[in-house]
Amino acid sequence: MALAIELNGITKRFPGVVANDDIDLSVAAGEIHAICGENGAGKSTLMKILYGMQAPDEGTIKINGEPVELHSPAEAIELGIGMVHQHFMLADQLTVLENVILGAEPMRSLGRIDLEAGRRHLDEVGRAYGLDINSDDLVEALEVGERQRVEIIKVLYRGARILILDEPTAVLVPQEVDELFRNVRELKAAGATILFIDHKLDEVLSIADTITVLRQGRTVGTVKPDDVTAGDLAEMMIGSELPVPDAGASTVTSEVALEVSELTVRDAERPVVDHVSLKVRRGEIVGIAGVEGNGQAEMVSAIMGTRTPDAGTLAMLGRDITGASVRERRQMGLGYVPQDRHREGLLLAGPLWENTALGHQTEAPYSRAGWLSRPGMRARAEHVQADFDVRTPSIDVSAHALSGGNQQKLIVGREMVTEPAVLIANHPTRGIDVGAQAAVWEDIRAARADGLATLLISADLDELIGLSDTIFVMLRGRLVARLDPGTVTPRDLGAYMTGAAVEAGTQ
Amino acid sequence: MLARLPTWARWMLYAAAGVAVLTIVQGFDDTERLTAVTSSQAMLRWAVPIMLAGLGGLFSERAGVVNIGLEGMLILGTWFGAWGAINYGGWAGLATGMIGGALGGLVHAVATVTFGVDHIISGVAINVTAPGVTRFLSSEIFANYEGGSITQSPGTDGVGRFTFPLLAGGDLFGWESPDILGWFTRQDWFLVSDMTGLARGLVAQVSLATVLAFALVPLSAWVLWRTRFGLRLRICGEHPVGGESQGINIYLYKYYGVMISGGLAGLGGAFIASPELSGLYREGQTTGRGFIGLAALIFGNWRPSGTMAGALLFGYPFGIGLRDLDGSASHALLLVNTLALAAVTVWAVRRRRRFDAGLAAGLGLAAAVWYFMSSTVPNWWIDILPFVIVLLVLVFFSQRLRMPRADGLPYRRGES
Amino acid sequence: MNHTLARRVMLASAAPLAAVVIAVVLSSIVLLVSGSNPLAAYVDMVQHASKLETGVDIFNRATPLYLAGVAAAIGFRMNLFNIGVEGQYLLAFIVAAHVGALVALPSALHIAVILLTAMAVGGAFSGAAGVLKVTRGVNEVISTIMLNAVAISGLAAWWIVEWQAGGEIAATGGRVGTEPIDDSGLMPDINSWLEVFTREVGQGKRLTGMLVVAAVVGIAYHALLNRTVFGYDLRSSGANPSASHVGGVSPKRMVVAAMTLSGIVAGLVGMTELMETGYYPSNPITLLGFTGIAVALLGRNHPVGVAFAALIFAFLDISSGILQISGAAAREIVEIMKGVIILTAVIAYEVVRRVREREEATAAAEAMATAPAGAP
Repeated sequence: MALAIELNGITKRFPGVVANDDIDLSVAAGEIHAICGENGAGKSTLMKILYGMQAPDEGTIKINGEPVELHSPAEAIELGIGMVHQHFMLADQLTVLENVILGAEPMRSLGRIDLEAGRRHLDEVGRAYGLDINSDDLVEALEVGERQRVEIIKVLYRGARILILDEPTAVLVPQEVDELFRNVRELKAAGATILFIDHKLDEVLSIADTITVLRQGRTVGTVKPDDVTAGDLAEMMIGSELPVPDAGASTVTSEVALEVSELTVRDAERPVVDHVSLKVRRGEIVGIAGVEGNGQAEMVSAIMGTRTPDAGTLAMLGRDITGASVRERRQMGLGYVPQDRHREGLLLAGPLWENTALGHQTEAPYSRAGWLSRPGMRARAEHVQADFDVRTPSIDVSAHALSGGNQQKLIVGREMVTEPAVLIANHPTRGIDVGAQAAVWEDIRAARADGLATLLISADLDELIGLSDTIFVMLRGRLVARLDPGTVTPRDLGAYMTGAAVEAGTQ
Repeated sequence: MLARLPTWARWMLYAAAGVAVLTIVQGFDDTERLTAVTSSQAMLRWAVPIMLAGLGGLFSERAGVVNIGLEGMLILGTWFGAWGAINYGGWAGLATGMIGGALGGLVHAVATVTFGVDHIISGVAINVTAPGVTRFLSSEIFANYEGGSITQSPGTDGVGRFTFPLLAGGDLFGWESPDILGWFTRQDWFLVSDMTGLARGLVAQVSLATVLAFALVPLSAWVLWRTRFGLRLRICGEHPVGGESQGINIYLYKYYGVMISGGLAGLGGAFIASPELSGLYREGQTTGRGFIGLAALIFGNWRPSGTMAGALLFGYPFGIGLRDLDGSASHALLLVNTLALAAVTVWAVRRRRRFDAGLAAGLGLAAAVWYFMSSTVPNWWIDILPFVIVLLVLVFFSQRLRMPRADGLPYRRGES
Repeated sequence: MNHTLARRVMLASAAPLAAVVIAVVLSSIVLLVSGSNPLAAYVDMVQHASKLETGVDIFNRATPLYLAGVAAAIGFRMNLFNIGVEGQYLLAFIVAAHVGALVALPSALHIAVILLTAMAVGGAFSGAAGVLKVTRGVNEVISTIMLNAVAISGLAAWWIVEWQAGGEIAATGGRVGTEPIDDSGLMPDINSWLEVFTREVGQGKRLTGMLVVAAVVGIAYHALLNRTVFGYDLRSSGANPSASHVGGVSPKRMVVAAMTLSGIVAGLVGMTELMETGYYPSNPITLLGFTGIAVALLGRNHPVGVAFAALIFAFLDISSGILQISGAAAREIVEIMKGVIILTAVIAYEVVRRVREREEATAAAEAMATAPAGAP
């Protein structure tokens, strides 16, 4: 069979890291070829090289048998390569049409765009692949699934024959994944070649014709899905079995550490958190499942105190904290692992020892009577670095220099070291490598055994099921289901998350 | 009902309503300054540099680069505009002013786009640098001209004037067309004649530079929203990484945007130095109009027509203040302020914004008390009125604005 | 450790040095093109500046620039752009001059009242911009620019008429401005401190006592920012408001606090002139606020760096005076030099920042690689 893509000896170095080390990859025309590997294995870098966004330091690229050099996405597009990025590349305040035609605008005289021609072509593409979208909507009005469709149309509009899909399922619930896979198979039937980046093994096994596994920037091997099991793939990816979150025996006590009652948060009159009530006991992990944007973020803000609730009360360790400031809550022992560590977790330009104190700067050993203690801050930072395995040359480097996993370990460490009574863990393992992921799970588990009450919000359904003592499903601001992690499956969870399953067992 | 009208008709209606208010209000103060033809013409002249700076800001910020250096580019425009006009005539002055401003834009682009310097910092640096450059150039060049010195140039030449045919009786291919607005004005009908008089002031004997400046408003809108260039420029301000992934050279379009920005501000500067306003280059003559242009851009919600409206609104008190020797027109404007604040109060009440309503009512009351307790106002009041208007507009409407999403954010190629 | 420290210092000073060198080279080219001898001009300037009396002038000029620089720097550390230093100091100047003339007090108290008035006015006016930002979402860049106009063309223009000195003073001294402050409210010069190290200062030059105040402000700025929890809150909120917020720091409070502090220091800028002359004249020294922003940028918001920057700008301003007499070049060349220094400095800082970031990333990645493989 003819090869659509042939990469030979691709090497790409970044300061201090070899992201791609002598990678070979051959993709046959018309197949769905999955690239697997854990976070940091070099998948995204490889795809960026193939798409002309980054130049390789060494190695050759052949497209449809022709050797090419790619200096920009424009050149890749020229060769019929299209990429659907993990983070959508859509401008919210432009229309679907404007987003799609950008860079391939049909023209009239005087530099004008022929919007009508663009609209016609867009509709044709949409019809041909069963991707339905209204071309005049502003992108900001679209749902996640629709945005992904726009991304795919964008690529097809340019007549791409080779499609790179970079972790397309990361933002979707299982039911939406089914829909996406239908679309992908249709594309294949229409003759497209598809490169599918993913690290969820069951998905890879169900969609791919061929699988190439990367590990630490190197090609580990190329296999057919029929010849391997998920376990084999996991071993190829990380050199051992994939770690599985497991909470172990229950340590739940009867003492309520965090109580949320009838919490309501409104956004311009519309309730985004709607009469939510829950209790987290000492030694318990309560999981919150839900498609993003269903009120989890607002609920977390209200609990943390960065957003004032419109109704309802909050109590911690038996004390009402509804009117307490963030600082008072923190001093009472409220810990926080944020969903976006760059936005809410770190001072990226600051040294690690300053970052260690963040959120606890009023407490010993970081300060006394309003005056900072540099020795105290540094000693604590050394302690966190050692105990939580933060890999860094010293505590004087800036936080941005660390890898995502190490940044996360630093954050978890700085929260745990203060021995909080309640921890809000908001997507605590998002986007980090399996090693760091296992470490974070272990930290949470250990603290739970010591009586920590944890509220765990996660999009990783396996993580939720594995760690939680109880799972609530959040939909449109309400807790619509209370499920037992011992019996529930990810697919069940997905059904509740999308509203396909009716309410069950809520209070 | 209003929403169903075409945009131009709605704007005309707003303008007519505004004139009606002014006409009635000035009656109490026994002045005709508010709707005098000279006032509308002065407003136009004062609005032009503000508007050009604002349009300059539009191109830059639509390309994602905040341009607080507009003031500096305006200053460069005044010097280079005067130099060109003195040596090569009025049109050349506009061209050299544009080039001078564009050079300032180039510096801003190099700093912000190529080197990733914070946009505000680079803009401040340009604002500090530009007067130094013009001071030095003056000491080397204008100081040697007869009638020039280190701080000012000799007088400059302007460009021709133009009277619109039909509307104000201008020539149309040699045919002297009827003067329709003039006819209405001569009838001396209440309100109608006031409005036509004002309107005629805007279309009779206007500088071609003014005509050019106002023609740039629809042209900017057309370029930004109808052409490929405009779409690609706008993606730089909305989602540059997305544009990059679709093969757009973001750096290039940012450079275009910032340099056009500088060029338009420079044109505004050349206009200030032209006989339309000053008739010479003088140090410090821009008096913060680059900043007001930026405010007009924000007032206009990053759109050309809104920017123009903002420039006219801010230019109006400047135009009035210049001729208002007895202070009666400024006094009458106080009542206009009161009415405007009353309108804001009504708006806020209807949207159930209690705090806004209270604030607007309080300020309106203060203006009303001042109005009734005095018969004239000191001239510093009208000097700061445009700035006060900007502040009030921002205080009440800041949260309703939609700036380009990636405006002011750093962008590096290949780092997403 | 020491090696990295030396490297850090080198990297930190490389940028401003490069800026000055580039400025000298560029202005030399400009001078050559305009037919002057750059070397002669520089020699004149340096010779002039090395005179004690010129040195006093330079310090008198650097003092308000330093205060304006620190005022701007406080904002910058919070990622706030207080463009309003100019309006704040002029407004504080006129109010303090008026209040100072109204009261009669023992000297130390009198001076304290005047300085505190200036600080209060500056702080309140700047804090207002902070309040507008946090309650109404008004960008502080625009609001402080507008407030500049309100302060200078509005309030100050109004009050200078209201508080105009009586006729006999205007007639005798030819001075137009506010009523003069009693001598008890004027700060004595500190020539005697200087003369401990040097000879007697001639030409009637007086080294301003505000230099001491500026030094105290610099030390207080450093201590507050780097040694207190409040300073940590302020810096973290500036670096990352969201992260700081969940860490217990209200970003709104920090914005208002930073703007107010910035204005408090800005209020002192005009005091150098007031403590010398005793009244607010019709033509006070202006543009110190805008230059102060440039000084803060050049000095990287660091208390010592800002001091160096203020001295460089003051040196250029004062020493270029000789060029008018010697005729070696147009003194306006220093305006170009100032512009080039500031533009090249901001670019050079950005380049250095990126080099350092890359080096750190390399070091961190190497640490990853050398650490025992395979996490628990």
